[in-house]
Amino acid sequence: MSKQPLQSLIHARGLVKRFGDFTAVDGIDLDVAPGEAFGFLGPNGAGKSSTMRMIGCVSMPTAGELRILGMDPVRDGSRIRARLGVCPQLDNLDPDLNVRENLTTYARYFGLSRAEARRRAEELLDFVQLRDRAASQVEPLSGGMKRRLTIARALVNEPELVLLDEPTTGLDPQARHLLWERLFRLKQQGTTLVLTTHYMDEAEQLCDRLVVMDGGRIAAEGSPRSLIETYSTPEVVELRFPDEADYAGKLEGIGRVDPLPDRILLYADDGDAAVAEVHRRGLTPSSVLVRRSSLEDVFLHLTGRTLVD
Amino acid sequence: MAHPTVAVLERHLHLYRRLWRASVFSSFILPVLFLVSIGIGVGNYVGEIGGVTYLAWIVPGVMASTAFQMAVGESTYSVLGDFKWVRAYHAMRATPVGIRDMVAGWMLYVLLRVVIAAVVFLGVTGLFGALLSPWAVVTPLVAALVAVAAAAPVTAFAASIDNDSYFALLFRFVMIPSTLFAGVFFPVEELPGQIRPLAYLSPLWHGVELSRAATLGGAPPWPVAVHAGFLLLFAAAGLAWAVFAFRKRLQD
Repeated sequence: MSKQPLQSLIHARGLVKRFGDFTAVDGIDLDVAPGEAFGFLGPNGAGKSSTMRMIGCVSMPTAGELRILGMDPVRDGSRIRARLGVCPQLDNLDPDLNVRENLTTYARYFGLSRAEARRRAEELLDFVQLRDRAASQVEPLSGGMKRRLTIARALVNEPELVLLDEPTTGLDPQARHLLWERLFRLKQQGTTLVLTTHYMDEAEQLCDRLVVMDGGRIAAEGSPRSLIETYSTPEVVELRFPDEADYAGKLEGIGRVDPLPDRILLYADDGDAAVAEVHRRGLTPSSVLVRRSSLEDVFLHLTGRTLVD
Repeated sequence: MAHPTVAVLERHLHLYRRLWRASVFSSFILPVLFLVSIGIGVGNYVGEIGGVTYLAWIVPGVMASTAFQMAVGESTYSVLGDFKWVRAYHAMRATPVGIRDMVAGWMLYVLLRVVIAAVVFLGVTGLFGALLSPWAVVTPLVAALVAVAAAAPVTAFAASIDNDSYFALLFRFVMIPSTLFAGVFFPVEELPGQIRPLAYLSPLWHGVELSRAATLGGAPPWPVAVHAGFLLLFAAAGLAWAVFAFRKRLQD
């Protein structure tokens, strides 16, 4: 079967999702190209998961246009889902089936033959490094292993588009890095990844392009680098002062100043020069940290709020 | 390519492999013990009903009520659990498996369990000499009808609730009264006139009468088509409700 190459696997215009009076997604436009790793970055309640559920064809848009793989999710939901891989926010593995059976049972939902399901399960056990746990029950697995199994399960049908809703939330750093490495490999194989996250480092690690969501709207869009360049400065100075005096006013003119409850952020092209200027003005912060600008700063600039904890 | 309904059925059968030993007791040994104690023990005091031994009289009733109880029992915690705790239906929802496939796959599983139990039960009661007509061979079919008529609405109910304490109400106010007053152990004509219509509303009563007509070789109180039609109607309404309840729970 020959397919016309699609320009965008996900195409949304003015996409809206309402639950009663509450508007979860408030008119967003999106295009995700084949092979791209695309991220939704935002705090809890920003509308990321609602958007993902609409893309996954399990939630019907309230208004607006949505095409997934060139098809209409309302009419062709089942045909679209046949070509998607979904890794939900909450693991929904079958606790009474073992690791291998979780993969083969799920493969059957996609119409794979028994032999094909077994073959695919073996491949994926290797891919997510769960080979030695293949006969284990699900419950004793660590959080990271369960997540890897959920991701393996999402890949049984060799999907063109993989949706990952907060893939590493709640995992320890080691487990996160292993997962990122596997996702990066997927991306190199040409699989299109769409993920939501509220971790800056995750977005910077994995995404070619991302949107910052806040209050159901898209606040900004671009590559991690271009977002930082547009909405922040190359470097940020974090200053802490021993007392509550109004230091923000005294920093005026050095760079953009963002006073937070516990510290003051000073945006500068050259952090060290900015620190020198702070000292020249006779200010004596109790601590000074010069760091590279991150998506956290972008988010703070766009929304006036920090992203998580 | 396997139909998605078959894939859903396979999942349930796969899980059943782990528990089948425990279920043999409740779905097979228990009804046989029942027959021996009530049919033969109590039967000695009761004597004959309608010209046949009490044992022969209650065999079809116990068979239908076993089908009914299995269907109701299977469709409570398992269904709610697959929504609430396991989230198996949420997992299926992300695949090409449709809502109808989920309901159909589950119903086929319940049917398979009930029909196998009914066939075994039929064989054992045949050995007791309690089957008086060759029409007895259709009783597994009646058990299947009773099973869907009971399992479909209970599945829908289980898919609609969020708290398993509702099941206690279902058992106390629906399942146990149905079992006691649907003509399994004594004819519904013995019930007071005002209560009797409640028995007519129970799918179990229609199943009991059809089964009894089959094993004893007589005609049921109402025309066969009416009894069967009632069960089919109950099943169809229950299935429609189940599809609605699944969709409501899985889709927003």
